[in-house]
Amino acid sequence: MAEAESAGLLETKYSRRKFIKSVIAVGATASSAGYFIGSSGLGAQAVPGTVERLITLTVNGQQRRVDVLPNETLAMTLRYRLNLTGTKLGCDRAECGACTVLIDGVNQYGCSMLTHQVRGSSITTIEGLENPDTGELSLVQQAVLEEGGFQCAFCAPGFIMSMTAMVNENPNPTRAEAAHALSGNLCRCGDYDKILNCAMRAAELARSV
Amino acid sequence: MAEKLIGTDIAPQDLVAKITGRARYAEDFRADGMVFTKLLLSPMPHARVRGVDATRALAMPGVIDILRADEVRQVEGRPAEASLTDEPLYEGQPILAIAAETEEQAAAAIEAIEVDFEPLPFVLDPLDSLRPNGPNAYTGGNRFGGGEFSELKWTDADFEEIEAGRMPNGEAAVEWTKGDIDAAFSESDLVLEESIVHQSLTHHPMEPRSSMMYWENGKLHAFVSTQSAQRTKYAIAGMLNIDPEDVILVAEYCGGGFGSKISGNTHMEVPAVFSRKIGRPVMLRITRYEENYIGRARPGFQSWLKMGFMADGTCNAIDLYIVQESGPFGAGDFNTAGMIADLVYTPQNMRFRGIAMYCNTPPKAAQRGPGGAQIVIMMEPILEKAARELGLDRLEVHLKNAPDADVGFGPRNSTLTSVFAKEALEKGAEIFDWAGKQELSGRREGSKVTGIGIGLSPYTAGSRGYDGLMVIRPDGKLYVHQGLGNLGTHSIMDTARPAAEILNLNWDQVELVWGDSSRGMPRSSVQAGSQTTHAHSRANHAAGMDARAKVLEVAARTLGGSPSDYDMDNGRVFRRGGGASMTFAQVAERAIELGGKYDGHELPDNIHATTVPAANILAGQGLMGVARDNYGGSGGVYTWVAGFALVELDEETGVVDIKEYVGVTDCGTVLHPRSLSAQVLGGSVQGMGQAMTQRWVFDPKWGVPFANRLYTARPPGILDVPLDMKADAVGIPDPQTPVGAKGIGEPPVGAGGAAVTSAVADALGGRCLCRTPLTPDIILAELEGLDKPFHLEQHIG
Ligand code: FES
Ligand code: FES
Repeated sequence: MAEAESAGLLETKYSRRKFIKSVIAVGATASSAGYFIGSSGLGAQAVPGTVERLITLTVNGQQRRVDVLPNETLAMTLRYRLNLTGTKLGCDRAECGACTVLIDGVNQYGCSMLTHQVRGSSITTIEGLENPDTGELSLVQQAVLEEGGFQCAFCAPGFIMSMTAMVNENPNPTRAEAAHALSGNLCRCGDYDKILNCAMRAAELARSV
Repeated sequence: MAEKLIGTDIAPQDLVAKITGRARYAEDFRADGMVFTKLLLSPMPHARVRGVDATRALAMPGVIDILRADEVRQVEGRPAEASLTDEPLYEGQPILAIAAETEEQAAAAIEAIEVDFEPLPFVLDPLDSLRPNGPNAYTGGNRFGGGEFSELKWTDADFEEIEAGRMPNGEAAVEWTKGDIDAAFSESDLVLEESIVHQSLTHHPMEPRSSMMYWENGKLHAFVSTQSAQRTKYAIAGMLNIDPEDVILVAEYCGGGFGSKISGNTHMEVPAVFSRKIGRPVMLRITRYEENYIGRARPGFQSWLKMGFMADGTCNAIDLYIVQESGPFGAGDFNTAGMIADLVYTPQNMRFRGIAMYCNTPPKAAQRGPGGAQIVIMMEPILEKAARELGLDRLEVHLKNAPDADVGFGPRNSTLTSVFAKEALEKGAEIFDWAGKQELSGRREGSKVTGIGIGLSPYTAGSRGYDGLMVIRPDGKLYVHQGLGNLGTHSIMDTARPAAEILNLNWDQVELVWGDSSRGMPRSSVQAGSQTTHAHSRANHAAGMDARAKVLEVAARTLGGSPSDYDMDNGRVFRRGGGASMTFAQVAERAIELGGKYDGHELPDNIHATTVPAANILAGQGLMGVARDNYGGSGGVYTWVAGFALVELDEETGVVDIKEYVGVTDCGTVLHPRSLSAQVLGGSVQGMGQAMTQRWVFDPKWGVPFANRLYTARPPGILDVPLDMKADAVGIPDPQTPVGAKGIGEPPVGAGGAAVTSAVADALGGRCLCRTPLTPDIILAELEGLDKPFHLEQHIG
């Protein structure tokens, strides 16, 4: 339903004030008023603030209503409006995979898609992997814990999302296939050997359930 | 019996936070009323700001204020970096900052600012600066000494030598010799001479150096990305000239630094000063693009190397000249490179000359194995060539030249605490099957040729004299306070293990306290130069011993007898042979009752002045263990890594595929095997990137870097490294430190890089390309007999 609602309709249904109150009531914190990524700060043309629209996103199984600029990236919406800071920004430009989230189960760069593109899709971030009722770690997270995965772990949320997509698609990968499935993610600490151990262990756990 | 902790795999305590997204890095913090600041970066490599017109920008919606260079700390008259400047010395240097309600508004305002820049002469390549009439990086000259700038130029004759590929004799800034190189070279059975270029490369930690700051009741709350927490608190206080106790530093996680965030970074000053100016919390979010400029880089070398060998493979002489590209503010790598060359090959006769030249390129800083990584990556292919010409095996040549514990190296004949380099080589050769793989060397399949290589890499790995601070609280647990940074090496967790073992505690009875200076951080080493494991396993050992003695004394004072009548295990202190006992919880309560030294109200007088405020925070909260590492020792602490690689080089495309890699280290006692492997292999992977992929390219006409993002100077991805890599350790304790452990961070970089450059030389039948990184165009140029220019900024013309 959310995607069918025009911003205009929503605005008549919810005054902005009411909306903010309701967001606060459900415990979300939109920490900054408006936000834009896209300026490199040098040479790039920054587009001055255009009009925000209130849209509904499905994030980690919950409907989240949020004001979004037309040119706002999903990573920015998640980090600065929904306070889901587990999704990291390593490059802002589809070079590193730190911002990887699942869009309808497919791993995608959150920095390189507009939030408006994913209205109507199901978005999963690193915060949505644990079992919401029991708090139990996902199989992939469990595998990473067992293998002591990652060093600085700034890349970890992105890799874990890609591993999650991988085990869903191919729970029986070879090490080479796992490497391929994770090749859109960069780990500057070079922890690849251990990351592959995690991925193989995750696949093993996935096969055993 | 409490469990054994040293040498076991235990997942770091913060791992769940890291894999659930709960771990908060600097840019994950928010504060009420937080605004954003954006930097205006210089579009020119050297310029002077003649004027700034911000009228239009300041009138834009959401824009709050501007911050200019005259509002931040400036050091005049010498090469020193300021966070904002009116005389940019590299493209990308921040000129000013704008704060606005949103980052978008700040960015839009930056675009609306008009800056009148006067372009100034610039230099990208240190040799250009040394050329007669060549440009200088500073208006005052190209060298600085005795409080002033001057000009240093080499002669036309020097440049004729360089053009002919020979070692020049131009004036050096540093020169040392040992033995008699001329006599030695005349005795050598083989003399090889090469001119070598090793490019500069950006650190590029995954987490850019963002920070968020606000002031509250006169105190600065600083949320930063830093390698070293406690020392960064003092760095910030120094930068702002405020009382260190007025800085609340929060640095819980750091997404990598590799030497680029040793005690934070220069640009932390911007949100600190801006926030004070406008009275709002300020977030400085650094993008990857900005990180490329302000995020530090490893200095490149142009160098000449002459090595003499005896018929049995003994290296008897080295003559090395390094010209270093130091960026605008300098770097020390070249000096270390000379030391490491002497240490690895122990030639007995050596001359080192070096000069570091300022250039208008992004600033340089120590990058994991600074100087050492460059030199071993450069030298290892020459060793390959020498072994081939002498008909010897490279492993034998290394074993012949690698030092023992009695080594003296460098200009001051430096000594080491322990050396097990040969053991690392032998163990690595065995795991890699060096002997068996000989027959693969030079094997050809279609256009692909196999090569194998060794890289032997030492680096400093420890320091002494820091403080440990810990409290057994009335909940019965040991709280180990760490002033280190949490940058992924896990040493912040693992160096607490000695204290837990001394107190016979299980790991779940130990809590680590870190990342927030208001909770008390003892004087710590900077988390750099691989010091931490050595320095803080010692400091925590010392404080653990202090806590142990106090636990025994409290038991004796409470239950009677003397401390030596008691022992402890599993959170309980008891009389040997049975009888009365106390839990650690009771001991903590009793320590608080007793006060004085027991609960930290009286402190030892030899602890560092900056540990005292931290201990004061904790006084009265339980039984305090606090001590300085007075274990002493003589000689440098060095760790070694021997790397072994097998590559396939495609002669048609110039692409090198790294198929196998083994790294074995001499790092003393292993605290945490899995994290150790991660350091060995992760560092080696970084070395592979340094040797193979991370290339800088500049536009020489305008002085601007083209390779300014991850994809244009790419660190290795998961498909660029072997699918299976192996790491191991010699595991012989260092005799001069109570825990026996040395650090590991630095040396694997050189080992990984050099094993690969050596393997490439092998695949090419003993040809040294003498260029780093070995991108396909360089390899193809070599195969086609084309010239490889001796430039740093272009790599290939
Ligand atoms: S932040 Fe999205 S790919 Fe790097
Ligand atoms: S663990 Fe540091 S970037 Fe991957």
